[in-house]
Amino acid sequence: MKVIEVLGPGCANCQRVEANAREAVAMAGVAAEIRHVTDPREIVAHGILSTPGLIIDGTIRSYGRIPSAGDIAMWLVE
Amino acid sequence: MTTLTVRRFHLPFWPSAAVAALAWLIAWAINLPAANWLAYDLLGLEPGTHLGDAVAFFLYDVPKVLLLLLGIVTAVTFLRSYFPPERMRAALAGHGTLPATIGAAGFGIVTPFCSCSAVPLFIGFVEAGIPMGVTFAFLISSPMVNEVALVLLWGLFGPGIALLYMAAGLSVAIVGGLVLGRLGVERWVEPWVLEVRAGGGATSLDLHLSIEQRLRDAWTYTRDLVRKVLPYVLAGIGVGAFIHGFVPTDLVAAIGGRENPLAVPLVVAIAIPLYSNAAGTIPIVEALLGKGMPLGTTLAFMMAIVAISLPEFLILRRVIRARLIALFATVVVVGILAVGFLFNALGL
Repeated sequence: MKVIEVLGPGCANCQRVEANAREAVAMAGVAAEIRHVTDPREIVAHGILSTPGLIIDGTIRSYGRIPSAGDIAMWLVE
Repeated sequence: MTTLTVRRFHLPFWPSAAVAALAWLIAWAINLPAANWLAYDLLGLEPGTHLGDAVAFFLYDVPKVLLLLLGIVTAVTFLRSYFPPERMRAALAGHGTLPATIGAAGFGIVTPFCSCSAVPLFIGFVEAGIPMGVTFAFLISSPMVNEVALVLLWGLFGPGIALLYMAAGLSVAIVGGLVLGRLGVERWVEPWVLEVRAGGGATSLDLHLSIEQRLRDAWTYTRDLVRKVLPYVLAGIGVGAFIHGFVPTDLVAAIGGRENPLAVPLVVAIAIPLYSNAAGTIPIVEALLGKGMPLGTTLAFMMAIVAISLPEFLILRRVIRARLIALFATVVVVGILAVGFLFNALGL
């Protein structure tokens, strides 16, 4: 079970990352839980200032950009 | 390791990029003759008439501004991806107030920043122990002296006006940041924000991204931005075309002229509720300058439109009290008025 965390206050960009993550989960065919982290303190605690951020199983995979579903799927199966 | 087939069709990257660049150059070269041909030959309008000039201005300006936006925002967004806020924070932490304030204003030009990141950025700066005034210098400079504004000003009016605008905007950001820093504004920051300071430190994240990845991101960003600002650009150019064709030069000179001491406060008061981005504003600025509006008044108008953003104030309300937002806005407005009066007094 993978844990995917999307970090951001809930703006349009964060929602796109979340949508891409859902698509990636289907693409990769893995079991995964998607969490949306909106608390700015928790976002900053990861060292991220530019949202949206993406963390998979505790590893920061991207921040300040919108990774494609393909990118996220690659990280999921790595 | 599992292998994964990503079933997504992608055009080969570098050939597509080369074709796009070539198409851009051709469109740029044929824009003026094409607009004149459309307005004066195809539509049969007379050069020198109000309607003819307004239509030709519109037909020439829409592709010109769109081409500038598409080409240059892509290039600039690519370059900006090397200066993320995380890197800026690491560079600013632990320096004295003055160098850090100047640095933060400078980063405002190159650091990519969307107002939805304002809260994490604000907290992240507090966490790293960066003085409050430094944060405000960035928050003033980032929307005002942004790369889109500079590039459009450069493309439409040449380097002189673009550099003057940059110098004026940086000065407002630096002086504004220093003034706010002196006023002990921590009092009006929400207490839970100040608590994170205990953590301290500022590490810079570094994830490797290839050049191709950065260019793809830049293109996606630009496409979305242009789609979003297109209505404003069209409205701005429409207003600009109307001013260009129909508003008499005497009227602009009488209201906005150097002899009218109220011109600068008046345009700033008009601009504050008109929150827009630089892309929608610059065509109006272009037409006003063409009609003889003095540079100080024009720059103050543009700065007030881009720098005073109600949506950003609402977002910042989560971390700072309304009183500090009002103070922040006041400092910015005073700075903009000073720029307007100074440039008019210098007779530029």
